[in-house]
Amino acid sequence: MATTRRPPTRSEQMQTTIMYPLDWLEERSGLVGGVRYFLFRKVPGDINWFQTLGSATLTAFLVQALTGSILAMYYKPDPNSAYSSIQHITNDIFAGWLVRGMHRWGASVFIILMFMHMGRVFLFGAYKYPRELNWIIGVLLLAMGLGEGFTGYLLPWDQTAYWATVVGINLNGTAPFLGPFLAQFLQGGTYINDDTLARFYAIHMLMIPGAIFALIGLHLYLVVRLGVTSPPWSKEAAGTGTIIPSRNGGRRGLTRPSSRRRSP
Amino acid sequence: MVPKTGDDKAHLPSPTLWPIGFAIGVVCVLVGLIVSWPVVAVGGAIVLLFGFLWVRDLSKGESDAEPPPPPTPAAAAAGAAAAMPEPPSGERFPRNKFLEFSTLGLGAVIGGLVTIPPLGMLAASGFEGAKFQPVDLGPLSDFPEGQFIITTFVEDPHAGEVSRRTAYIRYNGLLVNQPSFTILSNRCAHLGCPVQPNGPVAENQSTTKENRAGQEVLKKTPAKPAGFGCPCHGGQYDTEGNRTAGPPVRALDRYSYSIRDGILFIGTPFSVSHVEGTGKNAKIHKWTFAYPGEHVDGLESWLYPIQPPH
Repeated sequence: MATTRRPPTRSEQMQTTIMYPLDWLEERSGLVGGVRYFLFRKVPGDINWFQTLGSATLTAFLVQALTGSILAMYYKPDPNSAYSSIQHITNDIFAGWLVRGMHRWGASVFIILMFMHMGRVFLFGAYKYPRELNWIIGVLLLAMGLGEGFTGYLLPWDQTAYWATVVGINLNGTAPFLGPFLAQFLQGGTYINDDTLARFYAIHMLMIPGAIFALIGLHLYLVVRLGVTSPPWSKEAAGTGTIIPSRNGGRRGLTRPSSRRRSP
Repeated sequence: MVPKTGDDKAHLPSPTLWPIGFAIGVVCVLVGLIVSWPVVAVGGAIVLLFGFLWVRDLSKGESDAEPPPPPTPAAAAAGAAAAMPEPPSGERFPRNKFLEFSTLGLGAVIGGLVTIPPLGMLAASGFEGAKFQPVDLGPLSDFPEGQFIITTFVEDPHAGEVSRRTAYIRYNGLLVNQPSFTILSNRCAHLGCPVQPNGPVAENQSTTKENRAGQEVLKKTPAKPAGFGCPCHGGQYDTEGNRTAGPPVRALDRYSYSIRDGILFIGTPFSVSHVEGTGKNAKIHKWTFAYPGEHVDGLESWLYPIQPPH
């Protein structure tokens, strides 16, 4: 027959070869599509750099998580050795001064970025319907971040750390009704004692980071679902354009038994 | 209801006055917490009533739009004969329900069994206080009459350095044949920073005592303070511990003491609202040990009705 198959050109062959692993992965996991769904959003052309503050905050948190995990390999949360272990990290360990410095200054960067991100969302009106819930989650994240700052400040176990924490705990103690119990809870006793440091360490590197990771997951889920907001000056509509089911439709089958026989 | 695309309209509830009553109820509860418990109950009732009315108003608009609820199993069973060929109501539904509830119930029991102990351990630390043991401060002869001695001691040898405390101790002479001491805690009544003596400290005359492990457990330094001042936020006290200036809310805390075989032992701390008079004739207005920044008398003390055990 006359219809002979045209042999693939060199560049087509190249492309197939390069794309093959990606196709292999996509066929088995759908991950490529998932990543597209997660990252690719309809964004107006006239947004500006302020809309990157959220990603910047996330990056700052990831830096804190990474540097903190490595510092934790050398830090000893014990009143008799905490200070010397920090000296050891700073003076003896390779790049210890750098990683500790990143964690120490990154803490301030993280908190400043959180506030800037919050300000952007407020000034752009991005907290309005249907994104109210994401604002609430963001406020919880802010509280968690401040908690990280408070608990992390004690860990160097020097005079500044100790007395700043004394003042911070006693500030909590002046809250009406439950304040005294809160202060007692924070330091695990009447005064800062030999258990307080380990307690702050556990809160600082296990409890609050876990909560932050979970809340960031929820935060991003809602961003993916609802899309970004157009800036106030933009003529273009942003958002995902996906279907937002009505409020009552969502709970059908969850709160009342639904018949599986009947198709909707 | 059919899902709509790009529903951009805010779902706002219609205006309602119920939140005002709700807020009044909350205020009632808060006032009641200070004034009396019956008011709390009244406030709680108001909150519940107006909260219910509020929520009822909010949900009214919705239930209009809501599709008729799908038939419950009982209704389905009743209607089965009429029109729809529903599944025969044999023992399938009860078994379904039973399995559902036993799964959920068992899950709840297991979840409770594994989470309650750690949560209890976590919360209990808010209710456990320190146990103060009397600490040996040396013979009475170390404390000359009318002279403040800055005494630094380790309260709990096991805890070590972290339990080092400082007290300003003055011997006031004999009161009805008993030695009288003024023992001021150095914990500022504002936010707990260490107050410092305003006056010369004879650092070169200090004496120390070590325990067997070589740890310094006691240090005494004579001083001639005209008062005490806090470096953090500027609180000032006179030599009886009364506040003279700055943000503290009460006088300096004091320690109880005991004397055995000519040795002074420092005991449990307590809080002081103010002191009338001086030295051994002072009248100390004594209260339960409270955290710094908490009023122990007056109107504001109602904000701290219960103290955790110290």
